[in-house]
Amino acid sequence: MADDQPLRSVLATDCGSTTTKAILIELVDGEYRLRVRGEAPTTVEAPYEDVTAGVLNAVREVEELSGRTLLREGEIIRPQQGAEGVDAYVSTSSAGGGLQVMVVGLVRSMTAESAQRAALGAGAIVMDVLALDDGRRDYERIERMRELRPDMILISGGVDGGETRKVVEMAELVAAANPRARLGASYELPVIFAGNVEARELVSHVLERTTALTVVDNLRPTMERERLGPARAEIQELFLQHVMAQAPGYPTLMGWTDADIMPTPAAVGSLIEAVAGREGINVVGVDIGGATTDVFSVFGGTFNRTVSANLGMSYSISNVLAEAGLDNILRWLTTHSDPRRLGNDIRNKMIRPTTIPQTLVDLTVEHAAAREALRLAFEQHKLLATELKGVQRQRDIADAFGAAGAQSLVDMMALDLIVGSGGVLSHAPRRTQAALMMIDAFEPQGVTRLAVDSIFMMPQLGVLATISEEAATQVFYRDCLIPLGTCIAPAGTASPGTPCVRVNARIGGDDIALDVPAGEMRLLALDEGQVAEVRIDPTRRFDVGAGRGRSVSARATGGVVGLIIDTRGRPLALPSDAEERAAAIRRWHEALGAYPDGADEAGAEAVAS
Amino acid sequence: MRATHGYTPGLRVTERALIRRMRRLPLPGRIHVQVGDQVTAEQLVASTELPGNVANVNVAHELSVTPEDVPGVMLFDEGDRVEAREIIAESRAFWGLFHSIARAPISGTIETVSEVTGQVLVRGEPISVEIDAYIDGTVVAVEGTETVVIETRGALAQGILGVGGEAHGAIKVLCDSPDELCHVGLIAEECAGCILVGGGRVTLDALRAAVDARAAAVITGAIDDVDLDDFLGYALGVAITGQEAPGTSLVLTEGFGDTPMRRRTFELLAARDGRRASVNGATQIRAGVIRPEVIVPEPGATWDADTEAEAAGLGVGSDVRLIRQPYFGRLAEVVELPERLETIPTEAEVRVARVRLEDTGEVVTVPRANLEIIEQ
Repeated sequence: MADDQPLRSVLATDCGSTTTKAILIELVDGEYRLRVRGEAPTTVEAPYEDVTAGVLNAVREVEELSGRTLLREGEIIRPQQGAEGVDAYVSTSSAGGGLQVMVVGLVRSMTAESAQRAALGAGAIVMDVLALDDGRRDYERIERMRELRPDMILISGGVDGGETRKVVEMAELVAAANPRARLGASYELPVIFAGNVEARELVSHVLERTTALTVVDNLRPTMERERLGPARAEIQELFLQHVMAQAPGYPTLMGWTDADIMPTPAAVGSLIEAVAGREGINVVGVDIGGATTDVFSVFGGTFNRTVSANLGMSYSISNVLAEAGLDNILRWLTTHSDPRRLGNDIRNKMIRPTTIPQTLVDLTVEHAAAREALRLAFEQHKLLATELKGVQRQRDIADAFGAAGAQSLVDMMALDLIVGSGGVLSHAPRRTQAALMMIDAFEPQGVTRLAVDSIFMMPQLGVLATISEEAATQVFYRDCLIPLGTCIAPAGTASPGTPCVRVNARIGGDDIALDVPAGEMRLLALDEGQVAEVRIDPTRRFDVGAGRGRSVSARATGGVVGLIIDTRGRPLALPSDAEERAAAIRRWHEALGAYPDGADEAGAEAVAS
Repeated sequence: MRATHGYTPGLRVTERALIRRMRRLPLPGRIHVQVGDQVTAEQLVASTELPGNVANVNVAHELSVTPEDVPGVMLFDEGDRVEAREIIAESRAFWGLFHSIARAPISGTIETVSEVTGQVLVRGEPISVEIDAYIDGTVVAVEGTETVVIETRGALAQGILGVGGEAHGAIKVLCDSPDELCHVGLIAEECAGCILVGGGRVTLDALRAAVDARAAAVITGAIDDVDLDDFLGYALGVAITGQEAPGTSLVLTEGFGDTPMRRRTFELLAARDGRRASVNGATQIRAGVIRPEVIVPEPGATWDADTEAEAAGLGVGSDVRLIRQPYFGRLAEVVELPERLETIPTEAEVRVARVRLEDTGEVVTVPRANLEIIEQ
């Protein structure tokens, strides 16, 4: 195929820790569309120990479902020959636990935090952050490095021209620990130094004998500036050259792909960054998996990612219970559930992670746990997605009375779009349930669009964008993203029943005026593809973006759910009385049509029995 | 697009298994056995020494000298042996009027003396690692100076979740039936060193009594989640275990709640009362699944082992166990496997199976993801 010809077909895989997912994209009548999706168990671990076996199995399922021949003699046919094969093949990977990085810096809230952001942005799981002020003694830091066995270590520290001696001290601890890499017993551990330019020579002297050291530009050259790009790029490069090259079957897989294999979260992050950039909007993306929850955000063009390594819906669901507490899960349920049974049910899900809820009660319990997992993961995200700490800035009166720490970049009133992904959101039996879970967990304010990833193909589209942004964009909007609709949520609090907001909307030629008191939820039909001009008039205790009591005009985008008006207030506070709370939740479920009729009563009966 | 779900492969419970267990050192070391040797579970098969821990002392700071001056005040060189509290550096100023010293924080070897930071690192004594055979059996392979493979024929029962590591001892059956509560009244002094076999749920008091009696391990059907947390002293967040030291290893064959041990497992263990067995509570429920296990070797056995259960598929007539509410723990037989996706009460469209419940004879529809084949 000539280089200037458009791609006619693309196969993309995501090798997850449990499942390898393959999608086939075809150019049909000038448009890129998802044709089929197949999956098979990942085969990185024993007894197979070859990732390509799982990839080929997933591709075989794609072959069966599409009726198109893609494989010949155990390899993907490229380029497309007639109706066989594909023009390009790309892949992401998080198999074998993903990319695990340990971060070393000087001050936890400054250079160490910048390094943490760089590692997370590159798609890594940060196993631990060592810093001078982490409260540990040197021998504890050394023991920790030896015990964790990361894939690589990122060392930061010192602004350019600043502290040198302490940076070398930390490097000496790394050398003393002499940590072994997680994969491949025989190769040296990759270490990246991205600190004070004046410490480079000394750090190299300390580390070059025992590690595979590379040096990149300082990720915090001045207190006021963070430059994460070079460190992020080097992490991804080392991921390919060292980590992937040691993982079973990956050298072969790397030979098959038409673009570098990306860590799965890095691919999702780059896609979300691209969407925010293209539309000029602020975006929050979340991927809630079985073991971990990733949160991505772009505010004012600044990208951040966090991973909550032990908040998930199956393997880690017990940790959600442990971290959130039983009461916080129970508060989302409409019945007084038996705590003992609830605890046992959640633990049984942990040890049998592939099971799915069969009863409505079970479904609402999973959705309650999901709300808490999302809420906790988002809280962690807000703590890391901040302005740079350590920077002197003028304090205004609000700062004087508020928290002294750096301001979070996450501004819920300025947020334009939330994209949810992961089984519990993508596969919720009713899309309204996904919308409600995201609203309850993230508490959007003002006017916010909501969407879910239909079948979690953002990783494949993220890596596809590196060879064809056009194909990735078209499939993202046409087949991946399912618009749920728009949420209007005034910020502020008032007693339930008191006036909160008037919404005037022009939908499909009809003018609708709706007064919604505080403490309620309403749903207006606004279909996918429809746009409503809305004027929102909050009462004086509430703000929808222009200040308390000030009107806002906006365009609300439709979706499979519609236009949701949420007057429960921000911050969202559920009634403290259990009976009142259950009644309120039933009312909200009913207003949105979130669950089948009688679901909440079914819960009561099941628990009683 | 619709999601598809398969069935969950079951846990292996068999009287005739050929079991091989790899015993691997973290670093190359010394192998103490040869291929063909008969070994017992507690026998040492491999050993090595890990580099010792490191402790540092900032000599520049202690002696109030510049880092560049540190090599000049050192009394020992890199590679020299020092004892804990021994003076390793000293300085004198003003004709000896001011005398400062720095001492070794631990016994070991001087690893580095830094002219940049003024730090001196002392590497402590090597840490000895010894690995036993874990099971009674025969050495069938030795790989380099790191790995030994032990093989045995015998009974194997996998559990769903365990805590604590490897243990061995004689089996002592406590309960008369697989659904009997495993309570404190069943634990006596004779339990010392034994692998205790309960039935249904184990109570926290019973576990604590087993620890007091120095029992090697407890095998039972289930536990309440709060009791497990109390036993461990913390809330178990993810099912990756094996490093805990709760005093006795615990293997749950079914999970949480009031769930009896599956009859087949109970009968297999009960029939081997008094026999030597090995237990490992280590569990990893993620990619590369590791299940806790009980192995009861049969010395001198030469029979052909049962084939691995992975070959078994789900079909009409398969015996299954339902592993999710509202039928959690119930046994059933598959009577129909509809091809098309069906809508279940949650409104999700999934692959289902129709099964006849063993206790009531009722035929119910369940997602295939919520059943587990009972492997023979």
